[in-house]
Amino acid sequence: MPDKKPISSVNDFVVRFANVNGSGSASANEMFARAILRHGVPVSPRNIFPSNIQGLPTWYEVRVTEHGHLGARGGVDMMVAMNPQTWDKDVAGIEPGGYLFYDSTKPMPSTKFRDDITVIGVPLTAITNSTYTDPRQRQLFKNIIYLGALSALLDMDPKLIEQLIGEQYKGKEKLLSSNVHALHLGRDWALQNLKCPLGLRVKKSDKVGDRIFIEGNSAAALGAVYGGATVCAWYPITPSSSVAEAFTAHCKKYRHDPETGKAKYAIVQGEDELASIGIVIGASWNGARAFTATSGPGISLMTEFIGLSYFAEIPAVIMNIQRAGPSTGMPTRTQQCDIIACAYASHGDTKHVLLFPEDPAEAFEFAAAAFDLAERLQTTIFLMLDLDIGMNHRLCRPLKWDDAKQYDRGKVMTAEMLEEGRDFGRYLDVDGDGIPYRTYPGTHPTKGSYFTRGTSRDRYARYSEEGTVYADNMQRLVRKFETAQDLVPRPLQANAERPTKYGVIYFGSTSPAMDEAIGLLEARGHQLDRLRIRAFPFHSSVASFLAEHDFVYVVEQNRDSQLRQLIVNENGIDPVRLVPIVHYDGSPITARFIAKAIGDHQDHLKVTPLRKAVS
Amino acid sequence: MTYIAKPKFHHPGLKKNELGYTHRDYEGKISTLCAGCGHDSITASIIEACYELSIEPHRVAKISGIGCSSKTPDYFLGNSHGFNSVHGRMPSVLTGANLANRDLIYLGVSGDGDSASIGFGQFAHSIRRGVNMTYIVENNGVYGLTKGQFSATADRGSKSKKGVTNTDNAIDLVAIALQLGATFVARSFSGDKTQLVPLIAAAIRHKGASFIDVISPCIAFNNHAGSTKSFDYVREHNDAVNRLDVLVGRDPIAVDYAPGTVQVVEQHDGSKIALRKIDADYDPHDRLGAQTFLQKHAAKGQIVTGLLYVDPDAEDLHEHLNTVETPLNTLEADTLCPGSAVLDKINASLR
Repeated sequence: MPDKKPISSVNDFVVRFANVNGSGSASANEMFARAILRHGVPVSPRNIFPSNIQGLPTWYEVRVTEHGHLGARGGVDMMVAMNPQTWDKDVAGIEPGGYLFYDSTKPMPSTKFRDDITVIGVPLTAITNSTYTDPRQRQLFKNIIYLGALSALLDMDPKLIEQLIGEQYKGKEKLLSSNVHALHLGRDWALQNLKCPLGLRVKKSDKVGDRIFIEGNSAAALGAVYGGATVCAWYPITPSSSVAEAFTAHCKKYRHDPETGKAKYAIVQGEDELASIGIVIGASWNGARAFTATSGPGISLMTEFIGLSYFAEIPAVIMNIQRAGPSTGMPTRTQQCDIIACAYASHGDTKHVLLFPEDPAEAFEFAAAAFDLAERLQTTIFLMLDLDIGMNHRLCRPLKWDDAKQYDRGKVMTAEMLEEGRDFGRYLDVDGDGIPYRTYPGTHPTKGSYFTRGTSRDRYARYSEEGTVYADNMQRLVRKFETAQDLVPRPLQANAERPTKYGVIYFGSTSPAMDEAIGLLEARGHQLDRLRIRAFPFHSSVASFLAEHDFVYVVEQNRDSQLRQLIVNENGIDPVRLVPIVHYDGSPITARFIAKAIGDHQDHLKVTPLRKAVS
Repeated sequence: MTYIAKPKFHHPGLKKNELGYTHRDYEGKISTLCAGCGHDSITASIIEACYELSIEPHRVAKISGIGCSSKTPDYFLGNSHGFNSVHGRMPSVLTGANLANRDLIYLGVSGDGDSASIGFGQFAHSIRRGVNMTYIVENNGVYGLTKGQFSATADRGSKSKKGVTNTDNAIDLVAIALQLGATFVARSFSGDKTQLVPLIAAAIRHKGASFIDVISPCIAFNNHAGSTKSFDYVREHNDAVNRLDVLVGRDPIAVDYAPGTVQVVEQHDGSKIALRKIDADYDPHDRLGAQTFLQKHAAKGQIVTGLLYVDPDAEDLHEHLNTVETPLNTLEADTLCPGSAVLDKINASLR
């Protein structure tokens, strides 16, 4: 019996699996998460993996959360310790009163355990070795056996897991039956040899509702399909590769002409990021909807072309799945660290539209909307995901599409319009919104052609180095960016229960942790109005929110509080009124972290003058 | 890229092609390149080739990078859309444009700095992908716009205008194009319009990646004794493998091809290339032979010009990708979007 009372919790705990990369555990671990979902209990799983193919440590964390908190919580209630390399760290990370599940085939010295946790040993290797002779089978089925044992320990319904196995191996009866057999090997051993269930338990509930379970990258790729993207050019880079791979899979399913079998899309794996964005720009210039997916290092390589897109006014969509930088940084760890790099990408005076989805549902919506925006504004649109959303399954509302929707192809002058005698000046601001008309190549035999270039030109696309002509063009681009404010998704505001002079701004993958942190802060007596920013340029409501509060916390996952910098820069606000709350170790930000950082600061403010408190 | 507008009047008696266009309809703005620049001769050859092929000027998309050569698309096909992209990146922009609309004709114009240095990778990959394009490198072995530095195609031992000797080996873009699988590979000389015009015409008609390296002396910085890209040097060392005429399949065109001296090559689109062979044993269908031929002559200091290789059955990138015949840029939501019913099914599969 441990010297700390074992944690007792139903449908509210964190299980972490410590495995070795390449051991085939991912499938069993994900099945564990899905099985809990089938119990009607929300889960929030996260992959924590190294930048390596095989051999290094990997973790998979499942937060079981009947309350529906989808951000990372922090702490581990049960560690499934399957990796000797990380044993000490894994054991140390267990919450007092928590549980340690391990392979007890080989005896471990008592010094390897803790007195304040419950240790559960299952001789997994012995069970697999006595059942299977093939080495690969031994490795793979060991994972299913521990899944079976956990199902008994956590009081899970084995039929729901069998159902999942049935779905996964549909049509492969041999695999199906052998997996079910392995599941019961582990389950039966646990039921016969251990005290089941533990204090941690899964109980059937109805809190999942009609929500879906999907990765952000896959949802964004589906958004590109629905948004009408026909050209995708990309270059593999973690954590964005699965966007293009998912787009390929979706297109194969939904984009082939039923009569001819031909593809209504073109996907090219470029030789590098420069070529990828070049292909996107060429395709968009010629009237197709095109996109690329990349990460920070790719953005660095693309910046020359991004400048061209801005200045020559060519639509482009870039999905940036952010990871920890700078340089190669931590390629498999999450951050929101490319805000400044994307907002002002390229040399000279540039400003770009950024979209910040909070979950896969918004990733789908914003990805589809990005193509409308790109064509309407004739510029680059960045969809700013990050690894935490992109490469993890998230529970979110079902994806929705309005069949009446038509694509906004923006201001395109047709041959008919040219025939009518409409004045075509490629960079002429006809409507006062800063957005000119364009023509597609091949439109008309004698009218509407122009020369696209990255050098300065007049309103009729004629090369010009006249200062006034250049300034006129640059001012129009500012007008266009102002127009964008009303086209991009607006911020969402939620006020505290009581009037408060304090606010918090957050965005993207930080959102679920922030939403949960509000509750924790309220419990500490702190009231905060909150504003979730969903796009740059900032809507005027951001300035209003800042004006309405004495000061505002800006919560983000990078060292330099990049969104805060952008807000200060774009709103001309006194920086002291914006307090940075930053988390940047590569792990997803947690509610605990936010609540502590803001809570401590709020407490501090009660006794310290504002300017001193934030300096 | 000129401030000077070209006068619009022209002689009413100008000869017209079968679409009723005159040469003037294929011209662009007045060149601002140095008087006598080889690039202007190439421009004239492009105009001539497009006129002879009776191409609708506006159905051509002309794309370039940065540099003297990349300025030239402004000087031909004034009713076409042009795109002066960024240094060395013409091939990717052209590839994207081609994917968006397979119905247009794509002319990529580049230079040796553009294609053999910063854009060497993009050159290579667009060729290996088989993008349906005519990729012309206006090759003068020097950086003209920045006043005379060697480019990567400058021969080892050649001298700059300032008298500096180049110690780096040269990149032979023709050899590279052959190696990478270009299905139409040729080299010519800007001063040899008789050879260049039909080569350009044939390249345009060819389906797949057509590459033409055109030696085009820079009269300002690379037309002196010691340069291997000067007018005099090229004239003295040129060894033409063939002369050709282009016969477009749709109409019979009378050409002078005496039996036994002309080889007719039928291209994928039905057009034919008639090769007037100089070397009796030269076979333009033999990729390996072309590579060997090129290397042998290069070792002798000879610049081989003419059509070095053609695959009449070439496929292009669209065929590799199995894309629909309808240009992708014309597809709308009704054919692209799977709709809400499909989305409901997708949602159901994600629970």
